[in-house]
Amino acid sequence: MKWEIVIGLEVHAQLSTQTKIFSGASTAFGAEPNTQADAVSIALPGVLPVLNKGAVERAIQFGLAVGAHIAPRSVFARKNYFYPDLPKGYQISQFDLPVVGMGAMTIQVEPLSGNAKPYEKVVRITRAHLEEDAGKSVHGATQGMTGIDLNRAGTPLLEIVSEPDMSSAAEAVAYAKTLHSLVRWIGICDGNMQEGSFRCDVNVSVRRAGEPLGTRREIKNLNSFKFMQQAIDYEVQWQIDTLENGGKIQQATILFDPETGETHAMRSKEDAHDYRYFPDPDLLPLDISPEFIEQMRAKLPELPEARRTRYTENYALSAYDANALTATREMADFFDACLAATLSPSPSPAGGRGEQVAKMCANWLIGEVSAQLNRDGLDMTTCPITPTQLSGMLVRIADNTISNSGAKDVFRVLWAEGGDADAIIEAKGLKQVSDSGAIEALVDEIITANAEKVAEYRSGKDKLFGFFVGLAMKASKGKANPAQLNEILKAKLAG
Amino acid sequence: MINASLKQLSAALAEKKISSVELTQLYLDRIAALNPTLNAFVTLDAERSLAQAKAADAMLAAGHAQPLTGIPLAQKDIFCATGWRTTCGSKMLENFIAPYDAHVIQQFNQAGAVNLGKTNMDEFAMGSSNETSYFGAVRNPWNTNAVPGGSSGGAASAVAARLCAAATGTDTGGSIRQPAALCGISGIKPTYGTVSRYGMIAFASSLDQAGPMARSAEDCALMLNVMTGFDERDSTSLQREKEDYTRDLNQPLAGLRIGLPKEFFAAGLDNDVAECVQAAIAEYQKLGAVVVDISLPNSRLAVPVYYVLAPAEASSNLSRFDGVRYGYRAPDYTDLTDMYEKSRAQGFGAEVKRRIMIGTYVLSHGYYDAYYLQAQKIRRLIAQDFAAAFTQCDVIMGPTSPSTAFNLGEKGDDPVQMYLSDIYTIAVNLAGLPGMSIPAGFGKNGLPVGLQLIGDYFKEAQMLNAAHQYQQATDWHQRAPQHI
Amino acid sequence: MSLTTEDVRKVARLARLAMNEAEIDAARSQLSGIFELIAEMQAVDTRNIAPMSHAQDVSQRLRADVVTAQNEREAFQAIAPQVEAGLYLVPQVIE
Repeated sequence: MKWEIVIGLEVHAQLSTQTKIFSGASTAFGAEPNTQADAVSIALPGVLPVLNKGAVERAIQFGLAVGAHIAPRSVFARKNYFYPDLPKGYQISQFDLPVVGMGAMTIQVEPLSGNAKPYEKVVRITRAHLEEDAGKSVHGATQGMTGIDLNRAGTPLLEIVSEPDMSSAAEAVAYAKTLHSLVRWIGICDGNMQEGSFRCDVNVSVRRAGEPLGTRREIKNLNSFKFMQQAIDYEVQWQIDTLENGGKIQQATILFDPETGETHAMRSKEDAHDYRYFPDPDLLPLDISPEFIEQMRAKLPELPEARRTRYTENYALSAYDANALTATREMADFFDACLAATLSPSPSPAGGRGEQVAKMCANWLIGEVSAQLNRDGLDMTTCPITPTQLSGMLVRIADNTISNSGAKDVFRVLWAEGGDADAIIEAKGLKQVSDSGAIEALVDEIITANAEKVAEYRSGKDKLFGFFVGLAMKASKGKANPAQLNEILKAKLAG
Repeated sequence: MINASLKQLSAALAEKKISSVELTQLYLDRIAALNPTLNAFVTLDAERSLAQAKAADAMLAAGHAQPLTGIPLAQKDIFCATGWRTTCGSKMLENFIAPYDAHVIQQFNQAGAVNLGKTNMDEFAMGSSNETSYFGAVRNPWNTNAVPGGSSGGAASAVAARLCAAATGTDTGGSIRQPAALCGISGIKPTYGTVSRYGMIAFASSLDQAGPMARSAEDCALMLNVMTGFDERDSTSLQREKEDYTRDLNQPLAGLRIGLPKEFFAAGLDNDVAECVQAAIAEYQKLGAVVVDISLPNSRLAVPVYYVLAPAEASSNLSRFDGVRYGYRAPDYTDLTDMYEKSRAQGFGAEVKRRIMIGTYVLSHGYYDAYYLQAQKIRRLIAQDFAAAFTQCDVIMGPTSPSTAFNLGEKGDDPVQMYLSDIYTIAVNLAGLPGMSIPAGFGKNGLPVGLQLIGDYFKEAQMLNAAHQYQQATDWHQRAPQHI
Repeated sequence: MSLTTEDVRKVARLARLAMNEAEIDAARSQLSGIFELIAEMQAVDTRNIAPMSHAQDVSQRLRADVVTAQNEREAFQAIAPQVEAGLYLVPQVIE
């Protein structure tokens, strides 16, 4: 029996405003409990909400980034339920008139298993709406009691709802990652998943091919991509097993336990589904003018997709490289700055030189720089070297001053101590020997000293070539220009 | 002194005929004598009041006086005032000391007015007789067996009994106008959005509006000058130029077109009230006004619409009273839900619970369209009726309440009968228009009758002008209850 | 229109109001009376009428994203039923 998997995501992105969505209280993370819970956050009698412009701006920017319709008029509604972390007894959200309408995003899917090839897919975004976050429950403070911290209450959230367009855990993860990258790229959310700035709810259902949609279960509050994948895999298998054993799926809200790798249904709230939505009488309709939208459009940075196109079309970079370089805006900006500095003073991107240099920049960024960041637990924002520093080194590779192995030495010093590539080359004597006379002399010496091996080579044992290269490099203390050395060695060994 | 107008009091203070401390003490003494009978105040704090009076005297001495500096006013217990217990007439907030000032309170503080105390009210402003207060019913000074009206019953009783120079009230469906009528005083509910709701404990957010309750239209105008003004903390506060509401008081009324809605003079209106209102209209005609017959065909639906919308908003507004961060928490409970249910069941009175239930029901799944949405659509029809009427007239007049003050307990068992006592006032809140009540005589039982004036949006100055001119020609507003 | 006991019970639960059987019964009859009054609305033809949520047709004003609030925890928690270490305490929440 062939099963189809249907997945849709609801992502809560905390917007990177200074203050809460409806009051002037700070949203900074990690403050002492309730020290950022102002009169509005704790819902004192008589206080009223006033909408934060920063939150609206970010919502519009998101909408524009996914090509969505921005509603000229949207409405805030109250979602009524009782919970200690919800001080008003209702959450202010948007219900039937959200600020962002239908949009779409192209994702690059890397299949998780087998030899399947990466592919592109378009995922539709149903809507995105503004709402306020709830506070936090702190357990175990006092026996039998729960502590309530309302610092987070009222933090602006953009809830981004996708269509159920994903049909595997890999697609869901790719969508979540692309979205995560996009919200950080356009600077509306810090994306910090540990701190809860980007939280995913995943709706999963399965059906037999050709049958109507199955009943979905919603996995709540996934805060890592790894857990998301594990949770979906487990849940899909559980649903298939249940149905194949003649069981039925009940609509439910479920949690993923990373310890056991299993999902389980939350204790159901008996009246959880009667939220009694109605338009919030304390807030007026949010009207967004075409001018406001254009202002926001002008503030948007070049989007990842446009940048990928630029990289593949102008610099002939592979799709893989373009993707890797646009994983974050910091990475892409680093690449652009480094490339410009390396091509300077003639920054013309066209032609062979541009492509070569771009490929070199890309290789170093995706290779050595990323690996080092990873090893040191850093990211692009905390990268110890600047694009100018890296470029200083790339220029010396390009003009044959240093070899690739010499460059690795330079890079290590740049990373650990900083400084300037030329100074390091000078100080460490890494300048490679490109004087053909000097290399010829060196090669002659090796041929003389290793007559036996030379004879073996000449009688057809080609593999020995590497042995001679090694000897020659050692003799040059690693400074011989490798290409030149190869050429001379080949000629001399040929006799 | 106790019968003096605000203008006269202001002059007396300026001329040092009396100090604010003396005036405040005079009122505190009257309150001490009469409040045990009337129960108009729920919280008094002589020390705070006198400290404010002392500061006001300093302002007066320094020549920084504004029109209301040093004048003792009563604040409805719905306004948060720092350091003052603010109960909203509820056990839920019996021990709630407000940690901040409402916008209205700030305005009065800046004006140098004295807060004389917090006045009794129907619990969370839900009632038309002041009998739903947790702190006991308020008595009508004209007849202490009668109700003062509600929800601003304490304010109306206090003003009528000369326990304060003037008072604040709030009006969601008639809560300023109906008690003003029943106690023989003047009160105006301005256009929605004119007075900030910040710090005013919400009943029905889209209808609530604060306003003054005083002994004359002129006093109301002076109070309104202080209370109104844009406040960025209330999203529904309107960004308008500050107005001087006294500017047109002395304009002649010649040519004023008074609209009389036929629906306001139909069955259900007591004869003695109708007679007083008609006499008042005749007086207006003498002053040069002309009468136009108009119709507000959907106004009969105002009560049903209101009893969907107001409870719906209230049910949500009152959810914050959950025993977690402030307010009443039940002493014994087994778990979280039990704590919520017991705290709210014990902390709220019967009428509040009834309205929460109505509101919860009309918003709940499957009923929203039939009740809430339908009510919002009829709300628009009601507003459109007024818009059409104001093409024909400048001000609408009619009775404020269908009867004079009824006796305590008289409508106790039947909420529907109680709800119908606001039949003429509710439509005004639904439309967001300004409405006013002024004394216009006495009914057969010797109790006051109120004349209601309804103006177009932002026409408060014109209404106050009409009211003031009437009060220049009549003396109903100067009559004081004699029995207490 | 008349409400059933079960309607009243459900509404009381949604509104978090503890009610005993006698109270539910009393509420049922009073609410039924009120809903009879409300039912007058149902006969009105409101097709093509836009619902009215606000008294004025005004747009939401936007606030600058600038911190204006101070830490007032001490004053706010002085009036709280139960606090500890800066947290509001409630009976244990079980998820």
